[in-house]
Amino acid sequence: MQQQIIRETFHLVSKRDDNVCNFLEGGSLIGGSDYKLIYRHYATLYFVFCVDSSESELGILDLIQVFVETLDKCFENVCELDLIFHMDKVHYILQEVVMGGMVLETNMNEIVAQVELQNRMEKSEVSSVHIHIEQPGVTPVQLT
Amino acid sequence: MMEYFCAKSTTSGFDTVMTPSVRLQEMIRVIRSARTQGEERGIIQRECADIRAQFRQGDNGERSHSLAKLLYVHMLGYPAHFGQMECVRLIASPRYNEKRMGYLGAMMLLDEKQDASLLITNSIKNDLSHSSQYVQSLALCTLACMGSAEMCRDLASEIERLLRASNSYIKKKATLCAVHIIRKVPELAELFIPSARSLLSEKNHGVLHGAVVLITELCERNPDTLDQFRKAVPELVQIMKGLVTSSYSPEHNVAGISDPFLQVRILRLLRILGHNNDTASDAMNDLLAQVATNTDSSKTAGSAVLYETVLTIMDINSESGLRYEAEQERVLWELNEAAGAIAQHTPHEQRDFYYATVAGAASAFPVMSMSYISMTSLQKIVQTDHNAVQRHRGTIVDCLKDQDTSVKRRALELSLALVSAVNIRSMMKELLIFLSTCPLELRSQTASGIFNAAERYSPSKRWHIDTILHVLTTAGGDVRDETVPNLIQLISTASELHCYTVHKLYRALVKDISQQSLVQVACWCIGEYGDLLLKGECEEIEPVQVSEDDVLEALETVLQSHMSSPATRGFALTATMKLSTRITDNVDRIRSIVSIYGSCIDLELQQRAVEYNALFKKYDHMRAAVLERMPVIDKNSPGHTNGDTSGEVKEPDTSKPKPVEAGLLSEPVSQVCDLLDLLGGTDTPLQPNPAPTSTSTTTSSADLLDLLGGLEPTPVPSVTVYEKNGLSLKMQCDKQTETDITVTLIASNSTQSDITNFTLQAAVPKVSLKMRVRVSYSNQGAVHQDTVQIDSFPSPAWNGQPSISPL
Repeated sequence: MQQQIIRETFHLVSKRDDNVCNFLEGGSLIGGSDYKLIYRHYATLYFVFCVDSSESELGILDLIQVFVETLDKCFENVCELDLIFHMDKVHYILQEVVMGGMVLETNMNEIVAQVELQNRMEKSEVSSVHIHIEQPGVTPVQLT
Repeated sequence: MMEYFCAKSTTSGFDTVMTPSVRLQEMIRVIRSARTQGEERGIIQRECADIRAQFRQGDNGERSHSLAKLLYVHMLGYPAHFGQMECVRLIASPRYNEKRMGYLGAMMLLDEKQDASLLITNSIKNDLSHSSQYVQSLALCTLACMGSAEMCRDLASEIERLLRASNSYIKKKATLCAVHIIRKVPELAELFIPSARSLLSEKNHGVLHGAVVLITELCERNPDTLDQFRKAVPELVQIMKGLVTSSYSPEHNVAGISDPFLQVRILRLLRILGHNNDTASDAMNDLLAQVATNTDSSKTAGSAVLYETVLTIMDINSESGLRYEAEQERVLWELNEAAGAIAQHTPHEQRDFYYATVAGAASAFPVMSMSYISMTSLQKIVQTDHNAVQRHRGTIVDCLKDQDTSVKRRALELSLALVSAVNIRSMMKELLIFLSTCPLELRSQTASGIFNAAERYSPSKRWHIDTILHVLTTAGGDVRDETVPNLIQLISTASELHCYTVHKLYRALVKDISQQSLVQVACWCIGEYGDLLLKGECEEIEPVQVSEDDVLEALETVLQSHMSSPATRGFALTATMKLSTRITDNVDRIRSIVSIYGSCIDLELQQRAVEYNALFKKYDHMRAAVLERMPVIDKNSPGHTNGDTSGEVKEPDTSKPKPVEAGLLSEPVSQVCDLLDLLGGTDTPLQPNPAPTSTSTTTSSADLLDLLGGLEPTPVPSVTVYEKNGLSLKMQCDKQTETDITVTLIASNSTQSDITNFTLQAAVPKVSLKMRVRVSYSNQGAVHQDTVQIDSFPSPAWNGQPSISPL
């Protein structure tokens, strides 16, 4: 079902010319007239957000931009392959922007800061495990 | 706009971290290298087997990476449900990276329908009180994403606690989590009201944003809560003022606007709070004007704010109507200024300022999106405030010419809603132009919209006919089936325009025979009014000499063209036949056309041709009467709605093949001149019985069954009204309504020899329900003539006997 939605969305969005507006009524699979597809086109990628009437359409356009800029900061000059090979990281970033279908944070610096802190936490944990594996004789470092 | 996603030779900083994640990337690389779907499936299957093995092994430091691989596989659309329990296990792990992956997996693979989701409730509960805020945030995020009603009930009080006592990062997340809880379990809304209110005094924009969303949700659900929160309007106004007037604050700045997202949210909440409440509205009017004035609308961010502002102004009430108008005017003036400024700056296509006045919505911006949004808001208004929207009709009509299909669609819907008796001529002009250039997916909607409008508001019959013709010429393929009989009916009622119509249609036909509906109507008209066409003169149209050959040529082209549908060819054949009584020189040509089609492979055409042939051969004396001009068609008569017959049937003909010599004539044929004397020259003018001419009602068997289906299931009694010399006339009444009665007369010959020169005339006086029938026939050399009077008719309901008296 999800795949069908993805396919239909791609079909609808890829047909769009560059100088038409960035809003689309959702296809038949996406719950009817209350939902819209709002998208932005960057090089070879489309970022499509499906929103209902409680969101400001123009605001979402800006949000997509914020999201992309955040990706750029986190991945250092992001490219398409980054998104493919690090989809979990992308999800973690997105978790700081949208939560439960609602807009959570729109300040790019804030988002980036939080993501970096969390990554640091992950890294420090892993490296201790790493050490643990390689030197079984040493007492494992306790993480606080 | 900076360039994003340009090709790069190396991937990013993330993957310098650790070895195990390379396996994920390795897997991704391998999957992407698959050249066929089958190959990919094979790889996926192997990987999944591998992942399953990893899961079974238990804690080995690899579990989160295996889950990551599984999530990728899931994203591609392959089944991944076997990972659900692994998510539960990982969430319970003390390690952050495992928790993180586990929660991500839960959000992607679990939803409230899965049993496994309940199992994580406890973990979430524990993690909500974890010492690390990042673990807390994971739990909050997951709960907000897929928390079921049960889970929400369990954890609501935890969330409420976090709303009050935690740092801003957590507060922000807890607030949105609360919104989710309220959506799932509306009764819990009250729990969050006090904390929601106090959140408005937070400084952190993220928290404020969440708070506004929460309050909006609370207010939308419960009018009492709405009342409570009205008291917060001054506070909200203060916050907005701060945002609007504060000097450049780099943190939340988007294109020079201070946190436009928050501004938009607050404006929406203000709209809800101010709606239908004068006190609240007054408190915010100054602010709204200020926002409108100070906001720089040259970028999307500004537009978003401005748009919301204007919508809010439009939506709330004001103490005096004047003030409301004044505010509106001021905003619009500001927008005008903005539009002027933009025209010099942006290289993008310009949008007319009038899009801004339309619905008062912010527009005149470089982003194409604006006119679409204006249209959308206009549509909402047109229901309630028709006149306001009429003012902007010009702009809306202009939008029909927009490049963008979404805008065109909106403009079309609005234009059709705005058509009225006053503007019908000008609107129709625009709509017809639109029809010829609009995208295919909008054509049929436009055509039916035009027909509806024309039907309701046409200033004249000629205009109406012209309009329909125009649509058929432009978009004949996209109109509905009823169009053809509807148009025919319309034409037949406009008797003064028959000459004009047939000329116009003939010319259209000669130009193009591909639009079936147009061709059908044209053929019908030529058949009916061919004599007018040939006369050549017509006051309303430039006279052109049309010869009989030309007309027959045109009809023959239609008959022979592979573009013509079977129904169309039927029309053409019948029209050709009808012309045999309206032209003088070329009857032979018609005869030969008709006889050719006697062996046509299409059953319908063949049947018609055979019958017409018979009409030529044996019933030539009837031909004129059978094919004479039809009376005006009633709008709701049954034959009228069936586009397949040539519209000549007024009443259903049920009595087709009966044991009569040629199997053709079983209906009374009326000839006006003789009937007067049949009735003994009474003063009451006769109503010629509209003769259902059996020869032209070649109903296909499916139609016949339909007609029969409308009849009484019990066999209708047929009564013999005349029996002499081997000829018997039976009568049955098939259908009786208040105004019509359908009578079928069946003539049969019981002698060994033929009955020839059979003529039957029937007359019905206008007032009373009687019928006088005169028959004349030759049998075995003797000529007979008789008259029968039928004084009452048996109806299926009565099941009675008619009273018959021979005269």
